[in-house]
Amino acid sequence: MDQAAGAPAPSGDTEFALAKVPSGIHGLDEITAGGLPKGRPTLVVGKAGSGKTLFAMQFLVSGATQYNEPGVFVSFEETAEDLVKNVHSLGFDLPRLIAQEKLAIDYVRIEKSEIEETGEYNLDGLFIRLAYAIDSIGAKRVALDTIEVLFSGLSNEGIIRAELRRLLSWLKEKGVTAVVTGESGQGENLTRHGLEEYVSDAVIFLDHRVTNQISTRRLRIVKYRGSTHGTNEYPFLITGNEGIVIMPVTTLSLDHEALEDRVSTGIERLDAMLDGRGYFRGSSVLISGAPGTGKTSFAAAFADSVCRRGERCLYFAFEESQGQIVRNMRSIGIDLQPWIDAGNLVIRSSRPTAYGLETHLATMLRDVQVLRPDAVVIDPISSLISVSSEADAKAMLVRFVDYLKVNHITGLFTDLTQAEGTSEQTKIEISSLMDTWILLKFIESGGERNRGLYVLKSRGMAHSNQIREVIVTGEGIDLADVYLGPGGVLTGSARYIREMEEEAELRNREDELRVRQIEADRKRKVLEARIAALQAECRGVQTEFDRFSWELDRKKQVRSEERGHLARMREADRTAGDSRKEHGGER
Amino acid sequence: MSTHQETVGEENGEVWELRLYVAGQTPKSLAAFANLKKFCEEHLAGRYRIEVIDLVEQPQLARGDQIFAVPTLVRKLPPPLRKIIGDLSNTEKVLVGLDLRPGDKT
Repeated sequence: MDQAAGAPAPSGDTEFALAKVPSGIHGLDEITAGGLPKGRPTLVVGKAGSGKTLFAMQFLVSGATQYNEPGVFVSFEETAEDLVKNVHSLGFDLPRLIAQEKLAIDYVRIEKSEIEETGEYNLDGLFIRLAYAIDSIGAKRVALDTIEVLFSGLSNEGIIRAELRRLLSWLKEKGVTAVVTGESGQGENLTRHGLEEYVSDAVIFLDHRVTNQISTRRLRIVKYRGSTHGTNEYPFLITGNEGIVIMPVTTLSLDHEALEDRVSTGIERLDAMLDGRGYFRGSSVLISGAPGTGKTSFAAAFADSVCRRGERCLYFAFEESQGQIVRNMRSIGIDLQPWIDAGNLVIRSSRPTAYGLETHLATMLRDVQVLRPDAVVIDPISSLISVSSEADAKAMLVRFVDYLKVNHITGLFTDLTQAEGTSEQTKIEISSLMDTWILLKFIESGGERNRGLYVLKSRGMAHSNQIREVIVTGEGIDLADVYLGPGGVLTGSARYIREMEEEAELRNREDELRVRQIEADRKRKVLEARIAALQAECRGVQTEFDRFSWELDRKKQVRSEERGHLARMREADRTAGDSRKEHGGER
Repeated sequence: MSTHQETVGEENGEVWELRLYVAGQTPKSLAAFANLKKFCEEHLAGRYRIEVIDLVEQPQLARGDQIFAVPTLVRKLPPPLRKIIGDLSNTEKVLVGLDLRPGDKT
């Protein structure tokens, strides 16, 4: 089973909780928190062609193949041979299951023209056949498709109603889990013959609407006694190998984990604008712009970088075929073919009008679930919106984006904006869902249109506020700075001229710098010479002083030597100290 | 009530082969059998054969003749196959159901 994304919480596992059996319908068990009520009948209502029979058959086949619960299919409309043929294309091998005694099909033919009614009767014949079939294979599941045929085949409605009531309570007694199908009715009645009166535990409504020539299948749980269940309409698909697949995304939860991990945008300069490291892994990125602004190129560059890291990218294209994308991107130096060959890149191209939005998204989700890519590109997301009403589209997109985030898949969506003036308004205001929003816009000046890039927002990072010019060359995409000129931002040739001017100016400045350097060198040398001269002068002054001071000392020394010599010669003079000593001794 | 046959001599060539499906010996099934017997004696004397099948005992036989209601009377022969469900209390309806005209009386 697929991972439940935001499914209602299971109704608890106390002993009072309603026992459930897995339905085998992909996605239904998530919506119903476990499956169909065990041992009780479930009514499946829908118009002709809404998928009731398939629902019932899938319930039995999955019971037989996956849950070891054999089943009995009582068909009132199609013969066993027709049933086998009809579901064979969906991958159900009924003859094998019948041979293994895991499935029994009983076709009950009620043909009004062959039957005459006279007097009292009951439907014991049907009971006996059903009981016999159930007992012969030990069935745990039963499908009655479509029991309403009784109403058209027989005329005594009183008997039919009494017998239906008896049949369904008998099924409950038997403890089999049953799926009873019924035609949807008009007005207040859910079913044409009021079957809901007898099957009241769970009612599932299958809808097949066609609006604007586009068909969409939806499923809704009208009632589920004793259990929580999703109440929305869930789009579903009838796929070639899995039968009914309901989109598993159920509720809008905002509890997904946010990753710190970053992934490159595929364009170096754009990475630089986003904090230097690109998008957050698992975030959603919107690239909006008018036709021809290069949205697909950005998407392809991103896809290329994803594959370059050895990761897998799933690319949904709604405007171009795979071959066209590969050829066109090769012209700007992005070769996607090797990634396609290696299986890293899967491109799914389809016309937006091929199905309704729900079917598209359900298909896409299925692809995402099966391929488990690291990144998903939708190019463009606005094409999808064109096949649906905007309110529907937004609800569906929220689910899709939510699903990607929960599963840490980076999503990049391009959005075609129509008029230049409203370029900051995405068509269905999906921008609030997006973590990073890049706007590509034509800047017209000087008789040219050039592409400008704005990072309008990027949650959780210090992104650049600069406008850049997108330059698409044969080597890929580059971003260039734009200049502010007197008439606004300069792009294209004007920017080129400005760049040339700047370069010339820079060269002039460099020359000037060199001249100044030489001048400075010369001045420095002069000053150094002067410093050397002054230092020499300074040293001269010091030397003179030292010599004078030495001479002075020398004179003093000579004088004192002379004096000592004289005293010794005279012997009269004593020093002051000597006289005091003698004087004291006398006392 | 086990499967049993009531065959009456075949004088006028065509033999009517009738099969009555019942579920147990209920008053309803007994009434149906009695009504059928009476009817045959009246309209098909000497050229009918009645087989009574009790589905309680032979449930696997219900499928072959597409039985879902009891009692059901099936006209096996002559073709085409016809079915009458109910206790056969209304002779007019049995005549219509078996595609017998009152003029066929012997």
